[in-house]
Amino acid sequence: MKEKLTSLWRKLFGDSARAFGVVSVVFLASMAIAPAKNLFSEWRHYQHGYLSMIRNRSEANTLQRHFQGGIQQIWLPELGVVDRCTSCHVGLKEPSLTDVAMQPYRKHPAIPHNLDQFGCTTCHRGQGAATTVAEAHNSTLAWEQPILPAKYIESSCGECHRGELRGTPQLNQGRTLLAREGCLHCHTVKLADGNPMKATDDPHSLSHIADKTTREWIFAWLKDPQAYATTSTMPNFKLSDDDARDISAFLIANSTPLAGDTAQLSAKASADPAAGASLYGESFCASCHAVQNAAGNMVGGDVGPELTRVGKKVKPEWLQAWLRNPRTYDPETAMPHYRFNDGQVTTLSGFLLGKSDSDYLANVHLDAATPEQIAHGKRLVSDYGCASCHEIAGIKKPENFAPELSRIGSKPVTQLIFLPGMQHTLPDYIAGKIKNPRAFSPGLKMPQYTFTSAQIDALTTALLSLNERSYSLPSSLAVAGHAETNYQPAGKAGKLMTDLACFSCHRINGHGGDMAPDLTWEGSSVQRDWLVQFFKNPGTLRPALIRRMPRFNLTDAEVNELTDYIMTVYQSSAVDRDSMPLSGYSQGQVELGKQLFSGKYSCQGCHIVDTKRDKGYIGPTLTHVGSRLTGAWVYQWMKNPQSLRPGTMEPNRAMSDEDARALTAFLMSQKGGEESPAPAKAATHRAHTGEVAKR
Amino acid sequence: MKPYIAFLLGCVLMGSSCSRKSESVAPLKPTAYGTAIVESSGGKQFAQTGSPLPQPVVVQVNDAQGTAVPGALVEFTSASEVAFDPASALTDSSGQVTTNVSLGGMAGRYQITVSTFDKSHKKVELKLEEIALGYQQTLGRRLNEQYCDRCHNPESTAERVSNYDNLEVKPHSFTEGDTLNKLSDADLTAIITNGGPALQKSALMPAWGNTLSKSDIQALIAYIRAVSDPPSKNAGPLYAAK
Repeated sequence: MKEKLTSLWRKLFGDSARAFGVVSVVFLASMAIAPAKNLFSEWRHYQHGYLSMIRNRSEANTLQRHFQGGIQQIWLPELGVVDRCTSCHVGLKEPSLTDVAMQPYRKHPAIPHNLDQFGCTTCHRGQGAATTVAEAHNSTLAWEQPILPAKYIESSCGECHRGELRGTPQLNQGRTLLAREGCLHCHTVKLADGNPMKATDDPHSLSHIADKTTREWIFAWLKDPQAYATTSTMPNFKLSDDDARDISAFLIANSTPLAGDTAQLSAKASADPAAGASLYGESFCASCHAVQNAAGNMVGGDVGPELTRVGKKVKPEWLQAWLRNPRTYDPETAMPHYRFNDGQVTTLSGFLLGKSDSDYLANVHLDAATPEQIAHGKRLVSDYGCASCHEIAGIKKPENFAPELSRIGSKPVTQLIFLPGMQHTLPDYIAGKIKNPRAFSPGLKMPQYTFTSAQIDALTTALLSLNERSYSLPSSLAVAGHAETNYQPAGKAGKLMTDLACFSCHRINGHGGDMAPDLTWEGSSVQRDWLVQFFKNPGTLRPALIRRMPRFNLTDAEVNELTDYIMTVYQSSAVDRDSMPLSGYSQGQVELGKQLFSGKYSCQGCHIVDTKRDKGYIGPTLTHVGSRLTGAWVYQWMKNPQSLRPGTMEPNRAMSDEDARALTAFLMSQKGGEESPAPAKAATHRAHTGEVAKR
Repeated sequence: MKPYIAFLLGCVLMGSSCSRKSESVAPLKPTAYGTAIVESSGGKQFAQTGSPLPQPVVVQVNDAQGTAVPGALVEFTSASEVAFDPASALTDSSGQVTTNVSLGGMAGRYQITVSTFDKSHKKVELKLEEIALGYQQTLGRRLNEQYCDRCHNPESTAERVSNYDNLEVKPHSFTEGDTLNKLSDADLTAIITNGGPALQKSALMPAWGNTLSKSDIQALIAYIRAVSDPPSKNAGPLYAAK
């Protein structure tokens, strides 16, 4: 062995010439490493692939002319972007390569931004400066941020776009869920503009809970909220029987009675289901409340709680007090004060109490609570942070109960604890945590939600958008959203509007719901007499809708108060009420308008003026429009509907003044002289559908 | 004695850590074989790129007489990015298999191959297509829901009553590839911008040029092209299992 080595040494370095030769060869070989690495680099391989791919295409010459070899780079110092992705993704800007299935050569799909202005990693994450696939796409020891999976890509839009964006339904949904599903009651989210994100839900106070329901119901609800109502947004805290027993004991013991709720029943709840169902329908309860029908489908809206088993939940006297005036129990409720008379209250409460389920609560038997149980219940209520969401007398709302989620989208992976078998990426962590929080540690307090996988993706998208870049963005790039205003109408009418919960459905001056039309310019739009009649007996404007304005049983004085306020305050400066008369148009104008209506503009596709001929029912029925709207509003609507109601479905036809005047004359002549019932077809549709009125 | 115990303990620890790594699912063993696969539901759905399809894909395995076969092994394959949950399963008592599908990150059509084996171990296949919508098509879909769907989609749902039946001249559904694929992008742009009369068609189709921006109209056309059936030339590439 030793001899062999010695002879090899002699062969290579025996004399100085040999040694020089060998060292030179080694030196040259080592010099060749860098060029060889370059020659065999991945991007060169992909560029060769690109060239051979385009050779077979008809537009090969154009593509060849556009092609630039070598490493390509997009450098944007103000965004911190150094992206060499285009070295391999060669065809990103070639319009003709949309049909290429082979990556990395396909054209980038159409987006509203220019690649040269934003680069690639701004949206896709990954390591822009890297020139190999593995380093650019995956996380490495030196780079944590891998490529963002396609399903979360909208999170990057949310870095700059703070408001709702039409092309990003998933991001919008995620942000809505974040605000509506209770996340923000425990987790603080500070937005880039410095303001905290606000929760849009308002869980009930539990300070008077014993007025409303029984301890048995609370126990069953705590054990599994979705067993009572599948649409419930209350999460499951996975409490043991003993813990649920003690919390229910504490909540009942802690509850103080309210004067209004404990009143004796005014009359026994009526058991006339037909009358109850018809009052439930007439009052449009289903616009906000859902009930599961026999086929298992939810029928109704999701503004208020589901009522499928409400008879098992509420006490009859509480329900009657609530129906009489919900604001006694909950001053902030979204439910309008209907001003039902005693007969209506008994009929409706009887109907609702009949919504029951004999199996529910059948197996719940609780012994009388002991002081120890109550004390333990109080401790649990504090431990689980119940007061973060619910007002509970004697328990302070905890501050920063759960970790703050601002900048969660940039949280270093090294600070996260993953489950075995889980991919070590931030999106997987966030999604996993939302899906099953207690899996990460049995001691965690975060409860189990019942989100669908699409909802989890949406929430993850919204959370990923809260990353470092979104907070450090140059202000020129930030696109502010339309924040909800704090608009409150003033005076007596304002109080009345709060009492009737107008803002649960209507939007005025940037505040309120979107179920019913925006009323910001209502005073310019409608005639006073019509509005008075509408308050007294709201009729059908759009035949296809069932979510409609309920009758609140207002007194004449209340109707006048509201009407005066609306007619005076909700006026648009763009509509001069005196510019167009309500009637007295020439027959010639009316006739011309009629021709335009059914010919050039074919309005009958969506509207009805002649109930015998027209069938369209997307837009409002116009048989009485001349006694409903003002001429000036109709004229301005013809000229530009979106200027009066942004987002309205009616297309802007860019009408000439003459056409608009003639159509106004024709429409204002539709005073609804003969009584004309809505077409039978629309009526049957109405019976089994639930349309949301969007503006 | 002590080193001996430590050695044993070490072996046990190593053994246990190895066994955790080598967790594997036992392959499914079919108990029956069919001769054909048919689609029950879930083909031709749309979803955003990378997102799960709104409804699961359900297929059924039948024998030569056309009766459902329980216990047959069904496998789903597609382009590498498409995820199935589960990717293979035995048919249930009604001969069906249900799987949830998440499409890949590229906009376009994804071909899903569903396969089973007959008694002689010959592969029986069914091919389905699902559509992934990119940013532009998603925007188009949103605009369609806001402005077009009420007349162009004959289906009424609980939340949305169709106006289709009320129109004297019936509009085309956007999936009607046979008709819409014949119209060029320029024609579609003209009819959306200037209304039906621009192409000597009904005035019931209003002009949207003052309501929708040019890029909105492009987005709508991208959506119409993506969902047409049979597929349009501009529907984007077809991704299939390699």
